Amino acid sequence: MAGIALENYGTYDRANTVRRFGRGDARFRLLTLSAALLVVAIFLGVLISLVLGSWPSIKAFGLPFIWTETWNPVTEKFGALGPIYGTLVTSIIAMVIAVPTGIGIAIFLTEICPSALKRPIGTAIELLAGIPSIVYGIWGMFMLAPLLQTTLQPWLIETFADVPVLSGLFEGPPYGLGLFTAAFILSIMILPFISAVTRDVFETVPPMLKEAAYGLGCTRWEVMWRVVLPYSRTGVVGGCMLALGRALGETMAITFVVGNAHRIASSLLAPGTTISAAIANEFTEAESELYRSSLIELGLILCFITFVVLALAQLMLRRLEASGGKR
Amino acid sequence: MNSVLYARRRLTDRLFLIFSISAALFGLAWLAAILYTLLTQGLSGLSLTVFTESTKSPGSHGGLLNAIAGSLVMSILAVAAGTPIGILAGTYLAEYGRTTRLAGFIRFFNDILLSAPSIIVGLFIYEVVVRNFGFSAIAGAASLMVIVIPVVVRTTENMLLLVPGSLREAGAALGAPISHVIRSVTWRAARAGIVTGVLLAVARISGETAPLIFTAFGNQFWSTDLTAPIASLPQVIFNYANSAYDDWHRLAWAGAFIITFAVLTLSIVARLLESKRN
Repeated sequence: MAGIALENYGTYDRANTVRRFGRGDARFRLLTLSAALLVVAIFLGVLISLVLGSWPSIKAFGLPFIWTETWNPVTEKFGALGPIYGTLVTSIIAMVIAVPTGIGIAIFLTEICPSALKRPIGTAIELLAGIPSIVYGIWGMFMLAPLLQTTLQPWLIETFADVPVLSGLFEGPPYGLGLFTAAFILSIMILPFISAVTRDVFETVPPMLKEAAYGLGCTRWEVMWRVVLPYSRTGVVGGCMLALGRALGETMAITFVVGNAHRIASSLLAPGTTISAAIANEFTEAESELYRSSLIELGLILCFITFVVLALAQLMLRRLEASGGKR
Repeated sequence: MNSVLYARRRLTDRLFLIFSISAALFGLAWLAAILYTLLTQGLSGLSLTVFTESTKSPGSHGGLLNAIAGSLVMSILAVAAGTPIGILAGTYLAEYGRTTRLAGFIRFFNDILLSAPSIIVGLFIYEVVVRNFGFSAIAGAASLMVIVIPVVVRTTENMLLLVPGSLREAGAALGAPISHVIRSVTWRAARAGIVTGVLLAVARISGETAPLIFTAFGNQFWSTDLTAPIASLPQVIFNYANSAYDDWHRLAWAGAFIITFAVLTLSIVARLLESKRN
């Protein structure tokens, strides 16, 4: 494709060549445009196919599907409340653990870490963000769940036994498998992701701003809290929203450890399920049309939740790019 | 000098320091624990039969050959189909669309697809392909392709935008049509970056499990038939880890080790390519 073979023409016909170039240009442009439109088509295809797939279930259960807790494949009564609750609770707990820790790591990397360690630790964290979720899942089931069952969970139950609200959240036997363990593994999974994004955002803060603050005699905490974080707020929030989007849709890491019970227990330590875990576990076993379409409707709900979160994240990050993120 | 205030500021700073160091230690400790377990469990599960035998019933020494082959077949198909589409779409965004509203629109949807839950992609392919043609290696590859495309689009666009405009102008000044400048100047200048993007996409799909469960379905036996269900490494790990047999657990760990090793190698190679470019 390299050379434009003009020598093929006996007599050089300029008008003809220019026309040929124009046609080639138009064709190539059309080719790239249609590839780009294919991306949009895939997106719309996902939405349309999910709506069509869940139509029998939408027709049968209507809107109450969202707030019904029953999930009974035998009587074919389905409701999404259990999985929705599990998805939200695990993601929220994961964010509560991972956001401060992830930002802490990012701060460590940008401000505190000796520069000799900066690159290796940074690279290690980025590489770990790429480890497939199934690996986290198998590790969570064989290593983390037994560990939590014998250490953290009994401690939580004992410590909060007399505290009014918390005793309800941490009660019952420590199963090991359950929402709490799922949330914990999720937090470990999204941790490198949050630190990598936050660190990148922190690095867009002009050194001059920080140096000015240090020059005024600010402590590291004050520089971080009053200068760096306000400057990079949009980016940090956007990065966290991306991580939340990931946590909401995460499947394999959770399926192993969540316990797969379609009910809402008051205790966080009890087994539960999430939307993605329910789909992964039950989809191939779903014999009836209604069962399968209920699972697809779960997928539609997940789609809706994550797309809203991701869209917000995109808007925030884009605003950052448009305003402050000078490179 | 207000010494009380000063002491308090110093204390806050110390606490902050301690917090962020312990956060780093906390995070790194878990991640180190995962790698350590993977190394010990995975290496002890590895043996030659893992690569020479297909999956068998528990108790009889099986391997992961069919799963590894299935993963390779589907990944190759997905990358072969997804890369050209992704590169062309990324080229549109970087070279033609630029700041137009349509390009912004496409970019937005692409970024959402980029981080969309993979299980949703699986449901999509199930509805479109599996419902009409049944479980097959092609359906599995199609779901992986949907995951590959947004990754390649994103990196291609970013890499093309890094190519200096003067190169394009030089090409245009020689009288080359735009499409030619793109193909023989811009693409060539951004080649290392685009290859990096493709490698990252391969790394991403090689561990994907969720969409394969109800597209490729899995297969206990050796199969290279693209229209039949096919085994894949992540899915075998999923099934074996959930089983009750010790030797299956060992194989699951060996599989997890192989996948992680492959993914880390790919990302390190991608990283080296990138640093060589700079």
